[in-house]
Amino acid sequence: MTSTPREAEVATAGRSEFAVEIEGLHKWFGEFYVLRDVDLQVRRGERIVICGPSGSGKSTLLRCINGLEPYQRGEVTVDGIALRNDPKRIVQVRREVGMVFQQFNLFPHLTVLENCTLAPIHVRKMQQGEAEASARRFLDRVRIPEQADKYPGQLSGGQQQRVAIARALCMNPKLMMFDEPTSALDPEMVKEVLDTMVELAMDGMTMIVVSHEMGFARQVASRMVFMDAGQIVEVNTPEEFFIHPQHERTKLFLSQILE
Amino acid sequence: MTAQAAVHRTGSAAFVRTAPAPALAPPALSVGWLGWLRANLFSTPFNAVLTVLTVLLLAWTVPPAVRFLLIDAVWSGADREACLVSAQHPHVGACWAFVRDRLAYFTYGSYPISGRWRVDVFFVMMGFGTAWLLWLDAPRRDLGAFYFFVVLPVTSFFLLYGLPPLGLPTVDTSRWGGILVTVVVASVGIVVSLPLGILLALGRRSRMPAVKFLSVGFIEIVRGVPLITVLFMASVMLPLFVPPAWSPDNLIRALVGVALFSSAYMAEVVRAGLQAIPKGQWEASAALGLGYWQTLRFVVLPQALRVTIPNILNSYVALFKDTTLVFFVGIFDFLKTIEVARADPKWATPVTSATGYAFAALVYFACCYSMSRYADGVERRLAVADRR
Repeated sequence: MTSTPREAEVATAGRSEFAVEIEGLHKWFGEFYVLRDVDLQVRRGERIVICGPSGSGKSTLLRCINGLEPYQRGEVTVDGIALRNDPKRIVQVRREVGMVFQQFNLFPHLTVLENCTLAPIHVRKMQQGEAEASARRFLDRVRIPEQADKYPGQLSGGQQQRVAIARALCMNPKLMMFDEPTSALDPEMVKEVLDTMVELAMDGMTMIVVSHEMGFARQVASRMVFMDAGQIVEVNTPEEFFIHPQHERTKLFLSQILE
Repeated sequence: MTAQAAVHRTGSAAFVRTAPAPALAPPALSVGWLGWLRANLFSTPFNAVLTVLTVLLLAWTVPPAVRFLLIDAVWSGADREACLVSAQHPHVGACWAFVRDRLAYFTYGSYPISGRWRVDVFFVMMGFGTAWLLWLDAPRRDLGAFYFFVVLPVTSFFLLYGLPPLGLPTVDTSRWGGILVTVVVASVGIVVSLPLGILLALGRRSRMPAVKFLSVGFIEIVRGVPLITVLFMASVMLPLFVPPAWSPDNLIRALVGVALFSSAYMAEVVRAGLQAIPKGQWEASAALGLGYWQTLRFVVLPQALRVTIPNILNSYVALFKDTTLVFFVGIFDFLKTIEVARADPKWATPVTSATGYAFAALVYFACCYSMSRYADGVERRLAVADRR
C-alpha cells in the first residue's frame, strides 16, 4: 500500500494545533474584491467573534471556511484538511463544521427531529434509532425536547434557531460557525439563543461567530476580530478590543454601535 | 343609550369601559338562505344581471341536452333499426344501443378476443397501482411507487405484448386499440414525463454550460413545436433515417413522442417549483455535509414537488387529452375507435355520430374532471399542512 500525499494528509487530520488556518485568502465576486489577503488562525477550543460593518466580508469569510463560497487565492485549512476548492475535501470538512444561519434555514417539510437526524443518517450513516436518541439529547441540551415532533413553522424564531443549533450539533462537529444568529430574531428571543451559545462555549466548543451582540462577545470571546472592506483590521482580546481599540476604524465602529 | 354614552365618552381623551357591549342578534336579511342569496347572487346590480343571464343560459342548454342524452335516448337494440325515427319513436335521442354494442371495440380495439382477459388484468393492476399512489395515507407508499414505476411497466409490457415462453402469444401493437391504447399512451407519458422533466429542469438550472445548453435546447425546441408535428416526425421521418429492421413499431414511436413532449412541459412546471425553494435550503443541507443528489432527494424535491402538485396534475390532464392526437398517425386510440365505429353501416343512423362523440366527451370529461377534483383535494390538504 502506497500512501498518497492526500491520504497522508487525511491521516494527520485532527492532530493539527489549529481548528482553522486561513492564509493569504483573496476572494472576488466577479469584479468585486470582497476578501483581501485575510490571515487568521483559530486554535482548538478558541472562540472567535467577528464584527464589522455590513459588506465588510464577515459572512463571506465564514462561508469560505466550509466551502459554501469558492475563493481565488490563498488557502483555508480546516482540521488539517486544506480545502483547495476540491469538492471531496469540502464535503469532508463540512462533516466536521456545524453552521448556523441568520435565517435558520430549517427544512420546513421535516419535523424538528427529522431535521436533526437527516444528516447523521445520510452522511454519518448512523442507524435511525441511534440518530434519534442523539438528536433528542441535543434538543434537550438546547431546552426544547418537547418540540421534537413539531414542524419548524410551529415554533417561534428563537426556538427555530435553537433547533438549528441542535441540528448542527447532531453531527458532532469540531467547529461551530454562527452567521449573525440573532439578527433575524425579535428582541425578546435573542437572549434564549445567546444563552444556548454561551453554554456551548462553556462546554469548550470551538466557535467562530459573526455577531454584533457585544455583550455576548465580551462574555465568551477569546479573541475579537474586526473586519472592514474585506480586510481584517484588528484582532485583540475582548478586554483590549472594547476598552482600548487601536485602529481608527475600530474606534469609529465601536462608538457607533455602543453609542 | 349605552352606545351613545360610550361614543360620547370615547370622544374625550380617556375612556374606560364600565359595562360590556350587549350581544345583539344579526339583522334577519344577513343570515339564512335569504342572506346567502343577497350576499352571493344579488349583491350588486351587475351580479344580479349575471345571475339572471346564467339562469337563462342553463334553461336554454340543459333541457335539450337532457332530452337528447336521457329522455329520448334508445338504450337497447341489435342494429340501426332501433335508432331510426319510426311511429313508436317520433323523437330519437342518443343511440346508446350502438355504444353498448361496440363497447368491447371501444375498450380493446382489435385485440384478439381470446386474449382480452390480459387487458382486463392490466386494467386491474393499473387501477390498483394508481389508487395506491394517489391515496396519500396509504401504507407503504414507497412500495407503491416502486410497484407503479418499475413493476407495473415491465409486467404490463409482457402481459399486453406477449411472452410466448409463458404461453402469452404475441399481440402486435397494430391490433391494440380503444381505451387500452389511450390508457397506455397516457400512463407512459405520465410515468416518463415526471422523472425526465425533473432531470431537464435541473439541467436547465445547471452551472455546467453543456448540460444547460442541451436541456434548454431540448425544452425550447419541443415546446416550440406542436405535438402533432412531433408525432408525424416520429412516424414518417424516423423510418427515413433508421434502417427498417431497427425501426421501432408505430405505437412505440408515438409513445416516445408523447413522453418527450410532455417531459418538456413538465420540466417547466418543475422548474417553477425548484425556483420557489430558497437558496438557504441548499446551503443548510450542503453545510451539513449532504451531497447534491442527497440534497435534491431529501430537501429540495420534496418541497418543490409539493408546491407544484396542482400544476403537475394540470399537465397530466392536458397530456391525457393530447393522447387523442396519436389518432393522426394511425393509432387506434379511444377516439379513433369511435371514429371507425360510427362509419359502420350496421349502425348508420342520423344520431350515431352525435352519440359516439357524446360518449367520447363523457369518458374524457369523467377522467379529466376526476383528476382535477383530486388536484383540488391535494391542494386543500397542502393548504391545511401549510397552516400548521
